[in-house]
Amino acid sequence: MTTINANTPMEKMTSGGDIYEAGNAREFKTGDWRSVKPIFLSEKCKQCGLCFPVCPDDAIPVNKDCKREDFNYDYCKGCGVCAKTCPFGAIEMK
Amino acid sequence: MSIRERLSGNEAAAIAMKQINPDVVAAFPITPSTEIPQYFSTFVANGTVDTEFVAVESEHSAMSACIGAQAAGARAMTATSANGLSLMWEMIYIASSLRLPIVLSLVNRAVSGPLNIHNDHSDAMGVRDAGWIMLFSENNQEAYDNTLMAHRIAEHKDVMLPLMICQDGFITSHSIENIELEEDEKVKEFVGKYQPEHYLLNREEPIAVGPLDLQAYLFEHKAQQAEAMKNAKKVILEVSEEFEKMTGRKYGLFEEYKLDDAEIAIVCMNSTAGTTKYVVDKLREQGIKAGLLKVRVYRPFPVDEIADALSHLKAVAILDKADSLNAAGGALFEDVTSAMYVNEKHVPAVNYVYGIGGRDTKSDDIEGVYNDLIEIAKTGKVENPYRYFGLRKEAK
Repeated sequence: MTTINANTPMEKMTSGGDIYEAGNAREFKTGDWRSVKPIFLSEKCKQCGLCFPVCPDDAIPVNKDCKREDFNYDYCKGCGVCAKTCPFGAIEMK
Repeated sequence: MSIRERLSGNEAAAIAMKQINPDVVAAFPITPSTEIPQYFSTFVANGTVDTEFVAVESEHSAMSACIGAQAAGARAMTATSANGLSLMWEMIYIASSLRLPIVLSLVNRAVSGPLNIHNDHSDAMGVRDAGWIMLFSENNQEAYDNTLMAHRIAEHKDVMLPLMICQDGFITSHSIENIELEEDEKVKEFVGKYQPEHYLLNREEPIAVGPLDLQAYLFEHKAQQAEAMKNAKKVILEVSEEFEKMTGRKYGLFEEYKLDDAEIAIVCMNSTAGTTKYVVDKLREQGIKAGLLKVRVYRPFPVDEIADALSHLKAVAILDKADSLNAAGGALFEDVTSAMYVNEKHVPAVNYVYGIGGRDTKSDDIEGVYNDLIEIAKTGKVENPYRYFGLRKEAK
């Protein structure tokens, strides 16, 4: 699909703003909506696996060893659900 | 061969839907349109149609289900009236902005309150700027014919807009008239299959429908809708011409009844046009050159064509079956007078708000309008352009 941006004339834009491509949410970095930031304290983390399933933005990457890594701030909106869920205080909202 | 039948306006709409055999019908009952989904659900229960009937919990859901179905790639239809349409209002805009050619049968009724279930056009007028194509129907035959033409217009690649077919609640929806139906096979062939270019259930092309559309984009998308509405005018005429070849019944953007040589004329929509034709004939017998312009296509509004058709008159009255409560006349009056101003056609014009909440519109009322027009034509002056008829007032 051709790229549509703020300079695209109306004739070249898709009907109704439809996007003819899957996985397009990746293009939309929602991290700048954030007003508070979760900080990952790896020394307190037990890798229990409770935080990443509750993230609404899939902003907690999990590696191939099934271990969580640091936040992906491109998409994290700072909702704080992960910090509430963590039983070990390994996520601090700042 | 056409089939001669006698049907109410609601039956006519339901039978048209049966012949169209849409993929999805989602509807919620509301007077006076209740019978349409009621009849249609019997066709579903009897296996006469292949439609998935969704008995939703509200009109907001009815339109939402139609949007989902149509975006998925299905052909979706619904029916409603008055407050049902009001409850759909949010989704009415979503349907048109997502460019989903949903077809809705609107049986016109007063929007409450105080509570009223009878006919006027306040429901339709509430969505006149929502980006839907709006066809008005004088009688049962026109309600049927407009429904058969609806998908061809709405689904055209240069249009892709939802469409509503209006008819007057009770006056035509519940009155039985003679009607000519087309054969099922011919309707099927005429309406054709819905083949959208992009749709959600296409596994070859995953798409996103209705994404965020902020400052840099919404303006262009609205302008695209406006462009599609302009295109619709040509498509409506093409489809109507093809329909005439099949049925012999001729439709344009509006109907001119004895308007060519008329000196005075009324502009109106839906069933009032029938009453007006009767009065025009009567006045013509007395040598009075009265005419009628009946608007069929209200959205897109045929600005240039209407201005042209009325330009030779000495006086014109525009009848609005909904009061805009703006201290400046009804919606149809504003549309017609603005069209004439822009086209530099000056004809003395007067507005009548009438028939509110099902107030009976009698031939005497219409004759009264023509008598007023005779006076206006003599002097060329309009004392008060914003008038009523059929309203009780204390005698002065």
